[in-house]
Amino acid sequence: MTRRRIVCVSCPVGCEINVDIDQGSIVHLEGNRCPRGEDYARQEAVEPKRVLATSVHVAGGTYPLVSVRTSTPVPLERIPDMMEHIKRLTVSAPVRLGQVLDRELLGTQADLVATRDVPQGSPHPACTPPAPAGSRPHVAAD
Amino acid sequence: MNVDVLVIGGGAAGMAAATAAAQAGARTQLLERSLRLGGVLDQCIHPGFGLHRYNAELTGPEFAHRQREELYASGAQVCLGTEVIGVDARARQVRSVSPQGVHTIAPKALVWAAGARERPLGALQVPGSRPSGVYVAGLAQRMVNIHGLLPGRRAVVLGSGDIGLIMARRLHLEGTEVAAVLELKPFAGGLLRNVVQCLDDFGIPLLLEHTVIALHGRRRLEGVTVAAVDGSGRPRPETQAFIEADTLILSVGLIPETELVPFVERDPGNRGPAVNARMQTDCPWVFAAGNCTVIYDLVDTVAASGAVAGEQAAHFALGRMQGLGPDIRLSRGENVAHMVPTSLSPGVPTRLSLRVPQPLGRARVLLAGREIARRPGLRPSEMLEITISHELIAQLDSCPEAKLEVIPL
Ligand code: SF4
Repeated sequence: MTRRRIVCVSCPVGCEINVDIDQGSIVHLEGNRCPRGEDYARQEAVEPKRVLATSVHVAGGTYPLVSVRTSTPVPLERIPDMMEHIKRLTVSAPVRLGQVLDRELLGTQADLVATRDVPQGSPHPACTPPAPAGSRPHVAAD
Repeated sequence: MNVDVLVIGGGAAGMAAATAAAQAGARTQLLERSLRLGGVLDQCIHPGFGLHRYNAELTGPEFAHRQREELYASGAQVCLGTEVIGVDARARQVRSVSPQGVHTIAPKALVWAAGARERPLGALQVPGSRPSGVYVAGLAQRMVNIHGLLPGRRAVVLGSGDIGLIMARRLHLEGTEVAAVLELKPFAGGLLRNVVQCLDDFGIPLLLEHTVIALHGRRRLEGVTVAAVDGSGRPRPETQAFIEADTLILSVGLIPETELVPFVERDPGNRGPAVNARMQTDCPWVFAAGNCTVIYDLVDTVAASGAVAGEQAAHFALGRMQGLGPDIRLSRGENVAHMVPTSLSPGVPTRLSLRVPQPLGRARVLLAGREIARRPGLRPSEMLEITISHELIAQLDSCPEAKLEVIPL
């Protein structure tokens, strides 16, 4: 029987979970402060998975990039390949938060989802905010 | 329009404050100097935000998106591209500048939510040359995640705060080799989950009790000399080693931004304004929230502090503020590095955020000698959140000051 210490990364608490593994299966587990930790440790013991967050090039948008995440955790060891794949993608603006930009990444069950809106436009939008109402414009030197 | 509550800063704290103030019935205006709301959330593209506030694990831009929708629904007025250039405490006036000119607003209450600044290289007194290639972590994050620029090919990260750890992973994923993350202290500055999922996952070494003792390179950084430090943080010359790198990322702390409100009392431990349970400073019309009061570790807590400040500022502006007596000052006992608020307000139930200066095992938290919490393990990277009830505050009512302390068990 082997004992492993697994740090749950599912939330900021970061519980240290002790896991006893006998012939490839978990026989005992302690230290998690909530049930999510158990699911996490069981997955971690067989195949570590993480949510991947990165960016995709955008053509014709107010940002040159759109931030993206995978819809579900993906195998940690596939992340380098996925990064190579994602770096080669370009999408065109507009992009909406929640829009799926690529399906079933490299044959996994994860989709690539935009995490922000990128409207169409130039990367440096003209600066025309409304003047605060009721206030009197002054010259800078007064 | 007459402004009841003016909020300075459009990050997580400011958006929450303006939303809460408008919802409480105050005519509310928010000034943000950049052209987007969201503050630093915009560039924090990794997940890990929102578990408390939205009961979901969101990325920074997703968290900011939800807050923006709430803000616009609240009816608060938002002025982007508008930078505050002065706050006149006596006249209760705020001057700002936008492309339309300079504006003066006389709000009934102000919420200062200007966030924090990163400690730069100049604060560290590192010997050696001053080549290009040295970046504070937040700047490097902005370059990579907003502008799509890589700061360099081989990096050393100094400081293991959360931003440093997150940037080590981000640079690694984008193809910058990360030689090592150095930490002066014997423990990581950031959350344990970030040490695991940012460094361990990718085999990036974390060198505890190490620091950079010299920079090399004339135009561009060519490398750094690193050394182990002794118990008091002094480098041990016999351990020095050269690491080749064209990039040095600094994650060596954040400083609350209070430059334009120098007239409010500051808490020396937090380095931001001293605030009561209403997030109100000693200048009664000025409230403060978010990372300009203390460096928080979760955006959820930042937003919660903003909501308190916004609602209470609205009550103040509309003459509805109720109190049951004078504030009770908190004094720092043992093992209290950061604490917000810095005083309790009778009649106002309080969420106290507290940070210990070094890792403690099991510990209990005492307020005026009464136990208010007990925790299995305390680390400086995780703020402790403690709810202090009405009743407990009422019991303290007669004392002008109460000691807060953390006692290891
Ligand atoms: S076990 Fe639960 S509380 Fe502990 S880190 Fe995991 S999700 Fe968080």
